[in-house]
Amino acid sequence: MKGLTIVFRKEVRENVRDRRALFNSLLLGPLLFPLLFVGMMWFLASAEQERAQQTLELPVVGAHYAPSLIRYLEQQGVLIQPEPENPEAMVRNQDTPVVIRILPDYPERWAEGLPAPVEVIMDPSRQESNAAIRRVKGLLLGYGQQIGSLRLQLRGVSPQLASPVMLRDVDLSTPKSRAILAVIFLPYVLMITAFTGATHLAMDTTAGEKERKSLEPLLINPVPRWQIMTGKMLTTTVFAMASLALTLVSFRIVLPYMPVGAFGMDLTLGLHTLLKILLVISPVAILAAALLTLLASFAKSYREAQSYMGLVILIPMIPSLIFMANPVKAEVWMMIVPLFSQNILIGEIIREEAVGLSWYALSVASTLAIGLALAVVAATLYNRPRLIFSGS
Amino acid sequence: MYDTHAPDTLFHLADGAQSVIVVTDLRKFFGDVKAVNGISFEARDGEITGLLGPNGAGKTTTLRMLYSLLPPDGGRILIDGLDPTRDAMEIKRTLGVIPDSRGLYTRLTARENIAYYGELHGMSGRQIEARIATLVDTLDMADFIDRRTEGFSQGQRVKVAIARAMIHEPQTVLMDEPSNGLDVMSTRALRDYVRGLRRDGHSVVLSTHIMQEVAALCDRIVIIAKGEVAADGTANELLQRSGCDSLEDAFVKLIGSEEGLLA
Repeated sequence: MKGLTIVFRKEVRENVRDRRALFNSLLLGPLLFPLLFVGMMWFLASAEQERAQQTLELPVVGAHYAPSLIRYLEQQGVLIQPEPENPEAMVRNQDTPVVIRILPDYPERWAEGLPAPVEVIMDPSRQESNAAIRRVKGLLLGYGQQIGSLRLQLRGVSPQLASPVMLRDVDLSTPKSRAILAVIFLPYVLMITAFTGATHLAMDTTAGEKERKSLEPLLINPVPRWQIMTGKMLTTTVFAMASLALTLVSFRIVLPYMPVGAFGMDLTLGLHTLLKILLVISPVAILAAALLTLLASFAKSYREAQSYMGLVILIPMIPSLIFMANPVKAEVWMMIVPLFSQNILIGEIIREEAVGLSWYALSVASTLAIGLALAVVAATLYNRPRLIFSGS
Repeated sequence: MYDTHAPDTLFHLADGAQSVIVVTDLRKFFGDVKAVNGISFEARDGEITGLLGPNGAGKTTTLRMLYSLLPPDGGRILIDGLDPTRDAMEIKRTLGVIPDSRGLYTRLTARENIAYYGELHGMSGRQIEARIATLVDTLDMADFIDRRTEGFSQGQRVKVAIARAMIHEPQTVLMDEPSNGLDVMSTRALRDYVRGLRRDGHSVVLSTHIMQEVAALCDRIVIIAKGEVAADGTANELLQRSGCDSLEDAFVKLIGSEEGLLA
């Protein structure tokens, strides 16, 4: 085991001096992701606010057909704009989010008590116009309901008859559980960090060593190959763990500056929570180090290894994407699946839900077992001469 | 051609010299390519043995089997009585190897590069320190021993590669194309160093495709072509056998082509 420690010490020393390693493992993830998160939240919060407060400017085609509707809209604070030449083009060019067109048969049908046609010209595929569209539609519906009630009353019918069902929201979510964005985002970021933190070292210690032509002389030393490889994987794991720990600390520092209040959520990461998350995620660091080392060992050069890594980095995204698209209820079997189990557990930890100890144990044990199995394969890989000499 | 002795008699040759390396009918195939196809030779104690041959003749493959990184497909190797296929760890402890790949860790200093190999050989910090001091002296490395190896010249890099391979004071030394990429002065220094090794009683086996190298250095020459031994003996023996005046002509005649000589 002495060889293992010697290799570990040397790799740490060498990579601490490597600006690229430090940047990739210790700076990129820990700085970029939390800032990205906070930035995103700020942007969302301020954009929502801005849109809600903005006065709505609404171009109307055929305003003279419906003077009472126009009056209603103006009373609700809408600034009616003159009739545009080509309303469709105007929306398509994003000059305005929405235009309404009152059709020529509106007055006639109105007079007969038939539904009078109003077109809402919009492009809902543009996220930024959705707030305006919602508001316009809401106003039009409100106007319709108001007139409808009046008409019923005129005919001596109670308007209540026209609303047989009354909806009332009973909101049971707590400020903590409303931290939805964080529940999705944090596991996602940590999963990716475990991989990005390991990537550079996994490549540098294998494919990089081959490319620099230092692998063959290294293997001529009287140390079993598995010890050399394990020493390298240990270094990679340590860097990935450091990357994770720094990312968590950086989230902890940044979170108080988030406009969480705007979303009605309460998100603090206490020391206890941080440690729990780190415990849950650390087997992933081992898994990532082993998997990436295994893959990079097949590459002839750093560049070739990089081309594999582009695909591997998708792996940690899969569970988060699945949960985003199709939120499922957590079940025991999911704890056996690496990445899925961590995703669920970290979500539950943030929501401060009670999770059975057996779930933690199952998650840690299964991910650790798979990680170590991969490590065993990676450790014996250089017993194949073909892999040592490929590229030389 | 080479006369085949039984392996045990090879250890004690007629003139009383002893063989440190005995290779018998060594074979290595990569698919259909017979990289090494029945090579036999011996290297004597305290001598410099040169494996001479054109590029692609099988020299590097032969050496890789000697230092146990490549398992042979046939034949037998004995180095100081050890078989690399069975005693790989022991072989690695006794041999000093300067392979074709001589990459250094550019973020470590020359001293750290060398010390790393010393540690891997199980040497103590004090042993390593003392040994590096000697190597710095013999290889004239004082100017750059504590500099990071990033940007080192070929000559400096080869010196570090030699020093780390010699850190554990191996008795037998294998070198694969040691003068590759070196300028005239560095080549001179390297040759002086190899002669110094012989003077100190080391046995050296080196491979090269350069005629002048073997002529200048080697006690015995093994000419390898197309994975087979074309001839072996001292320089004089080879001249006699081929009936040529110069080693270069003898070399061409013995391998039967000029292939690879113009490299």
